[in-house]
Amino acid sequence: MEAYLFYIMAAVSVTAAVYLVFEKNPVFSALYLIQTMVCIAVLYILLEAQFIAAVQIIVYAGAIMVLFLFVIMLLNLNIKEETKNALPFQKIPAIFMGIVLFTAICAVIKSKLLQGKQGEYTTAYVNSVGNTKLIGNLLFTDYLLPFEITSILLFVAAIGAIMLAKRKL
Amino acid sequence: MNKDLLVYIVVASIKIFLVFSAVQIMIISMIWLERKIMAHMQVRLGPMRVGPHGLLQPIADGIKLLFKEDIIPQKANKLLFLLAPVMTLVPALITFAVIPFGDKVKILGHSVNLVITDINVGFLYIFAVSSLGIYGIVMAGWASNNKYSLLGGIRSSAQMISYELPLGLSLIGVVMLTSSLSLVDVVNAQAKLWNIIIQPIGFFVYATSAIAEVNRCPFDLPEAESELVAGYHTEYSSMKFAMFFMAEYANMITVSAIAVTFFLGGWHGPFLPPVVWFMLKLSACLFFFIWIRSTYPRLRYDQLMHFSWKFLLPLSLFNILITGLIMVLKG
Amino acid sequence: MITLTHYLVLSAILFTLGVVGVLIRRNAIIIFMCIELMLNAVNLSFVAFAHYLNSMQGQLFVFFTMTVAAAEAAVGLAIIVAVFRNKETVNIDDMNIMKW
Repeated sequence: MEAYLFYIMAAVSVTAAVYLVFEKNPVFSALYLIQTMVCIAVLYILLEAQFIAAVQIIVYAGAIMVLFLFVIMLLNLNIKEETKNALPFQKIPAIFMGIVLFTAICAVIKSKLLQGKQGEYTTAYVNSVGNTKLIGNLLFTDYLLPFEITSILLFVAAIGAIMLAKRKL
Repeated sequence: MNKDLLVYIVVASIKIFLVFSAVQIMIISMIWLERKIMAHMQVRLGPMRVGPHGLLQPIADGIKLLFKEDIIPQKANKLLFLLAPVMTLVPALITFAVIPFGDKVKILGHSVNLVITDINVGFLYIFAVSSLGIYGIVMAGWASNNKYSLLGGIRSSAQMISYELPLGLSLIGVVMLTSSLSLVDVVNAQAKLWNIIIQPIGFFVYATSAIAEVNRCPFDLPEAESELVAGYHTEYSSMKFAMFFMAEYANMITVSAIAVTFFLGGWHGPFLPPVVWFMLKLSACLFFFIWIRSTYPRLRYDQLMHFSWKFLLPLSLFNILITGLIMVLKG
Repeated sequence: MITLTHYLVLSAILFTLGVVGVLIRRNAIIIFMCIELMLNAVNLSFVAFAHYLNSMQGQLFVFFTMTVAAAEAAVGLAIIVAVFRNKETVNIDDMNIMKW
């Protein structure tokens, strides 16, 4: 059952990602990216990361991608824009380099380089306490400093975005 | 396949069927009730021709919409144009999966929890699903290839993003008090005292932003007839329009059900059975929506945005601060 | 049975597609979306590692990545809008002068 779900989600997300890269219309690209993100959220649930799955949908699909669609629609980008390409011969080398990169990553995965120590948070333990509770505990104890720094980062980003997008202050 | 799994699947299917039929029936009756109640509030009679007191009006409306010509604009983006109504309706309906509508009951020796599924991230699930509802409206606005539709779609996405923040933050106070994200736990914690008494600010913020979130009057700018023709569904006709219409009512029922679960004690109440209490509270919330609609004029767009960012958002943050402070002081 | 390798290969495929997209597309917004795809692919491998190593760190890192991605999207789109105002285009080949 889980295996089937994994293969379906993997196939859909890869197909959507391919369309995202090769689609002419930016609106469709954005919708395909949303599709990929939703599939990845399902995979997170398969990996027993319910909190991350929910945040993936809320933050990525619900906020970031709406922003993207918003900008695409406001700028009203037409498809003609893309046709004038200054470097038309870049496509084939780019795809070739992509395949090389993929092979390199696969070689790393296949080699035994990616080994790690088993941690203490087994599935049974996580389910007994609750995924969200554990993440919350860790965020406010061991990872408090990074957590606070991200809040500053978001604050700075909000101010920066307003500064950049506003015509006159 | 083992027996437990089979029982689980059968029980879940029955629950899903019952909940969805109930929601559909409520949508149909809401359409009639809204017209009647608004009419009487404005000293009119409302629909009277079809059936006694216009009781068959929703069915007549449904038949009319079904037989209307289904128009797709020539320059419209066909795929997205067809997909948009579905994308609006589905998120509105699947939120009901986590809303508890009754206590545990014993049926044929099986203890059945009257909620479709009790997941431990129910609160996050609601927000994940409701944040997807924007796409239907944005897609409808863009795919129609009509400037009024596009303006309606953009307005609505801006409005829904702005009001989603206070909507989510207003419920955080309740989550802090119950210290659980499961909606069943939230309801169980309100057996003695409803959260509306402990969290009055939270309820106020929730009620206001919920009305904005479902694009109802006085926050119905996305479909403001007088300025945008009908907003994002200008180009829609026939059953596709009916689906937008149904989605609006389904959204209203969803946010009302969340309000009942988080603030009004869920299915708790004396004398009457739990399911009846739940329905009564839900109806009261829906009546409130209609009441507001027939009372207030529409806000201007800048007023709407200022209200969300400069008033509701700080207020909901203040509510969280106060709740945390009191919880720490009480230990 | 689905193993860690399955997830890592899927993540590698998505990451590669993101890289290819950045290299071959000319529309700044689509390039930006491809970067988001790459971030998502990396997040997937983080969570997969966390699950198969019985650890929590992976999920926490994904949380931080998402906040950074949100900040990045806000600022990046603001830059694209600002550039569009001046140049009337989002084609990156036209953004070839370093100052105005």
